[in-house]
Amino acid sequence: MDLLPQLLINGLISGTLLAIPAIGFTAIFAVLRFPNFSVASHATIGAFAGYAANVWLGLPAAPALIAAFLVAALVGLISDEVALKPLRPYGALTAAIASIALTIVLENMVRFGFGNELRGYDLPLVRDWRVWGVRVGPQQVQNLVLALIIMGVVFAALKFSRIGKAMRAVADNPTLAELKGIDPVWIGRLTVFIGMGLVGAGGMLLGLGTSIDPLTGFRFILPIFAAAVVGGLGSIPGAALGAMVVGIGEELSVLVLSPSYKSAVGFIAIVLVLAFRPRGLLGERAY
Amino acid sequence: MLSYLLATLTFAGIYALLALGLNVIWGMAGMVNLGLAGFFALGAYASALATVALGLPIALGIVIAISVASLAGALLSRLTLNLRGDYLAIVTLGFGEVIRLIAANEIWLTNGSDGIPGIPGPFRGTLTPLQFNALSAALLAVAVALAWWMTERLRRSPYGRALRAIRDDETAAAVAGKPVRRFKVQAFAIGAGLLGLAGAAYAHFTSYVAPDIFRPLLTIYIFLALTAGGTGSTAGAVLGAVLVIAILEGSRFIEPLFHGLSGAGGAALREIIIGTALIVVMRLRPEGLLAERPPKPETRP
Repeated sequence: MDLLPQLLINGLISGTLLAIPAIGFTAIFAVLRFPNFSVASHATIGAFAGYAANVWLGLPAAPALIAAFLVAALVGLISDEVALKPLRPYGALTAAIASIALTIVLENMVRFGFGNELRGYDLPLVRDWRVWGVRVGPQQVQNLVLALIIMGVVFAALKFSRIGKAMRAVADNPTLAELKGIDPVWIGRLTVFIGMGLVGAGGMLLGLGTSIDPLTGFRFILPIFAAAVVGGLGSIPGAALGAMVVGIGEELSVLVLSPSYKSAVGFIAIVLVLAFRPRGLLGERAY
Repeated sequence: MLSYLLATLTFAGIYALLALGLNVIWGMAGMVNLGLAGFFALGAYASALATVALGLPIALGIVIAISVASLAGALLSRLTLNLRGDYLAIVTLGFGEVIRLIAANEIWLTNGSDGIPGIPGPFRGTLTPLQFNALSAALLAVAVALAWWMTERLRRSPYGRALRAIRDDETAAAVAGKPVRRFKVQAFAIGAGLLGLAGAAYAHFTSYVAPDIFRPLLTIYIFLALTAGGTGSTAGAVLGAVLVIAILEGSRFIEPLFHGLSGAGGAALREIIIGTALIVVMRLRPEGLLAERPPKPETRP
């Protein structure tokens, strides 16, 4: 029976893809201290920007992914400046509620432009590879490699670049960081830009395997939150680890649950982790 | 036209019940509930199934709806008592989505995405549609008045004061000897019961429930209602609900001004207006139109 290794491979791949938007969500939480629910619409925006680059301009998946990142990052930055930033002084929950309103506005703007129909990316059709009885699509492998590259760049930037260090400093202790001459406003902007960019790229990566519509981002919202909460809200390595747990958990759930309940696995994971380890697997430290 | 107005009033009543329920949970006790649509769905499905599948009378269906939603609220809040607000936001949003997922997938129970049609309404067969809408509007008005009276009494009671104390500073309330955990679970259950009642009213008025009705969009409508009216204020919750319905229905009349707008485009435009309205209201008047005023202490001669 080759079902188990197949499910594990699928879970590993979808977990890696899920890690990208989860890192974006958790990074924004780490620096700005509120759950930004507008990741749903930014994942959709990224998926559609990538679609436009891929189908209308004829670009292959990798450059289209850059378009997805840039468009989502830019929309994220502008909408945050206009809608969410002025509300943050009123508290995390006010900003969180406003971010749902924002996600509804942005999602409907996409619907306004593209309509409700399902759209598929223009990708070359290739036969699946079979390795020891496990089927893997070359496209899946390409997505996996792209996701791993993005993750590598993010971790390297956080670890070694001045900006990465400044972000970690603000996440760790905003007052102390400000005393050291780091401007928290600019770090906040940068985090939103990069975070929403990652969410957009993640939306496209997750959409590449299926078709996309304006609700694409919303469908991934439970797994994204679950990955972030399971790993520890605000912890970037935690989000990557949490994404693996949720990705593999979703695939394995097929053994006991109907496949349509895949996205409920995220919710179950959230409840279990919060009941037994409220700060997540890796705690809440940003890095 | 009169029939349309009465139907709109009925919807305003349903939204007012939702806003009053959320006001107990979020306005008075300060627990964020982004899974409001889930409790609304629980109430709607409970009453629909009780009356359609089991053939029970409508009144009993409504009682079942309130109990089911209330119980779910108690359970969910019991599970999440120790969570900080931002985590609670994520969990409740997830709860709403899971309820919708169950409604869409447990076809044997809920008929899946086709929904449950033919839910009975009071005297629907014997009345003309106009009379039925008038009766619904009247019944909803009574329900809203009752819920208003009940939650206002709750707010003014020592219990309501304790809830506000918990909302404003949980630790201080605990130090003052208030049973914080029990009160929070109770408040969540009471509020969820009202959300369930609204769901039942919706099911019996429209005669049809389906998973798509219970999207998180509804949660935003009600948060807008409460924020616009004044979080924590009973009259504000009802006023806010009427306002949201006015915006929703009013924007229907703007649609024809945009030529060549498709059905999906029109709906999208309405949702953009609502979402923007919530952000603008939060920005310009975070305390709402009728700001919460703590009840005056009773003066004795």
